[in-house]
Amino acid sequence: MSYDLFLASIPVILEGFRLTVIITLSAFCLGQVAALPLALAAASRHRALAWPAQFYIFFVRGSPVLVQLFIIYYGLGSLEAVRDSILWPILKEPVGCAILAVGLNSAAYVGALLRGAITQIPPGQDEAARILGLNRWQGLTRVVLPQAYRDVLPVLGNEITLVMKASSLASAVTVIEMTGAARVMVSRTFAPFEVFTVAGLFYLGLALIFAWVFRHVERRAAIPGLSNRDS
Amino acid sequence: MIDVVGPYAGQLLMGLMLTLKVALGAFVIGLVLAVIATPLTQSGRNPLRYLLDGYVTVIRGIPELLVIFLLFYGGTVALTKLTGSYFEVDALSAGIAALAAVSFAYFVEILRAALQGIPKGQSEAALVLGLSRGQLFTRVILPQMFQRALPGIGNQWLIILKESALVSIIGLEELMRKSVIAAGATHHPLTFYLSAACLYVAVTAVSSQAFGVAERRLNPAPR
Repeated sequence: MSYDLFLASIPVILEGFRLTVIITLSAFCLGQVAALPLALAAASRHRALAWPAQFYIFFVRGSPVLVQLFIIYYGLGSLEAVRDSILWPILKEPVGCAILAVGLNSAAYVGALLRGAITQIPPGQDEAARILGLNRWQGLTRVVLPQAYRDVLPVLGNEITLVMKASSLASAVTVIEMTGAARVMVSRTFAPFEVFTVAGLFYLGLALIFAWVFRHVERRAAIPGLSNRDS
Repeated sequence: MIDVVGPYAGQLLMGLMLTLKVALGAFVIGLVLAVIATPLTQSGRNPLRYLLDGYVTVIRGIPELLVIFLLFYGGTVALTKLTGSYFEVDALSAGIAALAAVSFAYFVEILRAALQGIPKGQSEAALVLGLSRGQLFTRVILPQMFQRALPGIGNQWLIILKESALVSIIGLEELMRKSVIAAGATHHPLTFYLSAACLYVAVTAVSSQAFGVAERRLNPAPR
């Protein structure tokens, strides 16, 4: 281990750090936004809604993120119709594709999770909400979802770390985020231990920050006296 | 679509075999090491336990791709220094080692949770009944640990299978890499990446069915 190379790689890795954070946060948000309709569709009694959503979850959870990224970046980019569409400004950018691939992948996992949480809530609660004069929308947003989200919150903290780890795949489509920057630096200096250790420490730090934030959110969202996990 | 994929079907299947080889190698190594390490580090103030805890935290927080790169490039540098002449780590060994190192951490967590679920009275009862410490472990603890850990182990197998695609980035010609080559040669990327995705889905679907059957057989019938 060389101390000089260790220090020299810090600024190089830091340049990729920004992109890692951008990809992680954007993909996580996209995943959350897409997961809710997906979960509601998958939990629906109408087969025309439930089957496509369940198939999506099955297919995305059954294949590697890397394949999904290549399908979006190389696959969709090869279609004439896509290149003429309004989505092209996003799809022609490797960063946009990485966010899309990782986000849509996360949506399938979170969707499956949320679906489970929604179906766990006794149907009597929704019926009671209706009798008390809440309409279907209010019953969903004020009774069902707050409970479902409290249920999945601990797992969501884990999910953002998984999204962060998946963001490293962007380096496979030429994005110079942290892993990409580290790999470029290694090919120049051939000092893999120093450079990858620095990158690893930055990832670890980011993961710890996410864990801290989610612990905080969890504590804020807990109903005093009702939580069965911790106080 | 058939006429595009047809000529490459053999290559894709060869890639799939290598994917299974990498995943199975990493799965077995990671699981066996975890089965050995977990019970050893259960007892209270064992320094090994803190070491293992630290390792699990680190692995959970860094991307698998980084571990693969570290072992691939780092292994070459370390072995070259060690042997004195240039020595290159091949992608297959680096891939298996990296995925095994990562899955080992997750297996430790799975097995630890399973072990903690076994009531302490069972070990006491076994010792009272005259079983040796070795017998206690292999006949009482181990079977129950596996039964409880099976859903987690099955899930980890699926994760390893999907992560094995990352080894294509360091050049191993498994399923992912084979489809990259075919996509480049034919200019039909969508077709080949979708085919690869379908093959992965097929393997994961069959695997989770198999693990489901195993779980039902291992679990006593509900009363």
